[in-house]
Amino acid sequence: MGRITLDKVRKSFGAIEVIPPLDLTIEDGEFVVFVGPSGCGKSTLLRLIAGLEDVSGGEIRIDGKDATDVPPAKRGLAMVFQSYALYPHMSVRKNIAFPLRMAGMDKAEQDRRVDDAARVLNLTDYLDRRPGQLSGGQRQRVAIGRAIVREPAAFLFDEPLSNLDAALRVGMRLEISELHERLKTTMIYVTHDQVEAMTMADKIVVLNAGRIEQVGSPLELYRQPRNLFVAGFIGSPKMNLITGPEAEKRGAHTIGIRPEHIKVSDDDTCIWRGTVGVSEHLGSDTFFHIHMPSRDEPLTVRAGGDVDLYHGDHICLTPDEAHMHRFDEKGNRIE
Amino acid sequence: MATKASRAAARLMISPAVLLLLGWMIVPLSMTVYFSFLRYNLLMPGDNPFVGWENYKWFVTDPSFSAAMVNTLLLVGGVLLITVIGGILFALLLDQPMWGQGVIRIMVIAPFFVMPTVSGLVWKNMFMNPVNGIFGHLAQAIGMQPIDFFSQIPLLSIIGIVSWQWLPFATLILLTALQSLDQEQLEAAEMDGAGWLSRFWFIMLPHLARAITVVILIQTIFLLSIFAEILVTTNGGPGTATTNLTYLIYVSSLLQYDVGMGSAGGVIAIILANIVAIFLMRMIGKNLDA
Repeated sequence: MGRITLDKVRKSFGAIEVIPPLDLTIEDGEFVVFVGPSGCGKSTLLRLIAGLEDVSGGEIRIDGKDATDVPPAKRGLAMVFQSYALYPHMSVRKNIAFPLRMAGMDKAEQDRRVDDAARVLNLTDYLDRRPGQLSGGQRQRVAIGRAIVREPAAFLFDEPLSNLDAALRVGMRLEISELHERLKTTMIYVTHDQVEAMTMADKIVVLNAGRIEQVGSPLELYRQPRNLFVAGFIGSPKMNLITGPEAEKRGAHTIGIRPEHIKVSDDDTCIWRGTVGVSEHLGSDTFFHIHMPSRDEPLTVRAGGDVDLYHGDHICLTPDEAHMHRFDEKGNRIE
Repeated sequence: MATKASRAAARLMISPAVLLLLGWMIVPLSMTVYFSFLRYNLLMPGDNPFVGWENYKWFVTDPSFSAAMVNTLLLVGGVLLITVIGGILFALLLDQPMWGQGVIRIMVIAPFFVMPTVSGLVWKNMFMNPVNGIFGHLAQAIGMQPIDFFSQIPLLSIIGIVSWQWLPFATLILLTALQSLDQEQLEAAEMDGAGWLSRFWFIMLPHLARAITVVILIQTIFLLSIFAEILVTTNGGPGTATTNLTYLIYVSSLLQYDVGMGSAGGVIAIILANIVAIFLMRMIGKNLDA
């Protein structure tokens, strides 16, 4: 079981309030991702849940029991750190067995659990090595191994993939998702990478300056961003935000249209016109930065990989009205 | 230092310094070895005949030699024990966030800057003197007989003085090592259910192993040649209770004017120091590889 409830949890460092009172419920077995720009308080929030920081107010409940003043080790949570935080002088086996040893479990049971974890994580051949002799991905797996042997109520991941190279990151992303499928344990995952958030999460919590901007499934956030911040943060490349007459025409202060919802054509039936600036050819897709006379910033547009347009070409754009997002002066969504 | 040419240039450039240092060492060393084979007593002028191993034989069979060896080992071992354990405790204490941290750290390091003779005299006259010393006053204040440190527990007193001098050094090195410990490791251990003692034993102490090795190696080199503290406090006495090897060599060559005997003692001291160095390197040098 791992249902975690935050009730008006607040955190300030001295006079600076990094997390204003915040409510959040994480259901048992859910994969929740905290995402936001750096300094938004997502790591602090995770550390509050872990017990590594004391809350300044409010209550944290784990499985209905008040855990606000329970020390970290007694909360039944396991954490995987950004730097992996492996113990450098211990072998992989001893690293993974450390929490069991601290719990005073007998040696045979320790070995059995470590061997099980090692098998799951493909670490069996490395059990006698030191962390220093392992690659980044292997170290990451040892850190995960150390977390799973405890059979915790929930796993906490603090940007675990940010020290890995791009190819390895994609692989580990899949492994962690698979692990979640198999263990069905609650996982809370902190990242600033929205691709990780979109691909792994059951539920995404978008944080900005310590406040929750929106909570929802990845597709909910993508389809119905509640405000401008979420609209700009979720989706890659970013949503185009347009103010001025075009927005007013549609009864909004700002309108947002994603690059993939604008059609490029060369006939005259279009709504907007512009000049092609930089184009990024990814093979499967091409992203064009279109300069329009009415805007300072270029408009990002996605087209197929085989669209032949070059710098300086004049083109014609048709936004998909059904996928247009409208926002009022305060940046909130208009339905 | 990548190419052959730059390596050759580097060797050429540092060779004057290396040669100078080598000469600086070789000349006195060979003179000492040479004197140690002569009958060379300043009280008996005249020719200085070659006498082979005689000086060595007399030096080693002298009853104060074995006493000096034991004292040297006790002194080095005792000071190492106190400074390493005390240094770890002080480092743990100073690592805590507290008010006036910077000033306190400087004050803790201060004893290291006091000259050995000065600290020896201060301890002797202001602390350990049974009549005028603070310890004597304190003992009297609670109605106890003051301890006459240098006649009742002479070697322990010297160990105390030297430990006081070297504690800051150990503290400083161990504190910097402690500060380089990744905080996430400690947090991970905390999450793993390790209490404070377990964190200290399983995480901090292994992390400090290397720094402790450095402290032991460097201190041993200096502690083998402790001299000033003994000279100004006990003069090696009572009897030979505080005579270490260095002091015994001083007694032979400068109090008995026997240069040959003193040189023989010096050569023995060099050999012993090297044995200790090799022993230490073997025993704990593997900590430095990793």
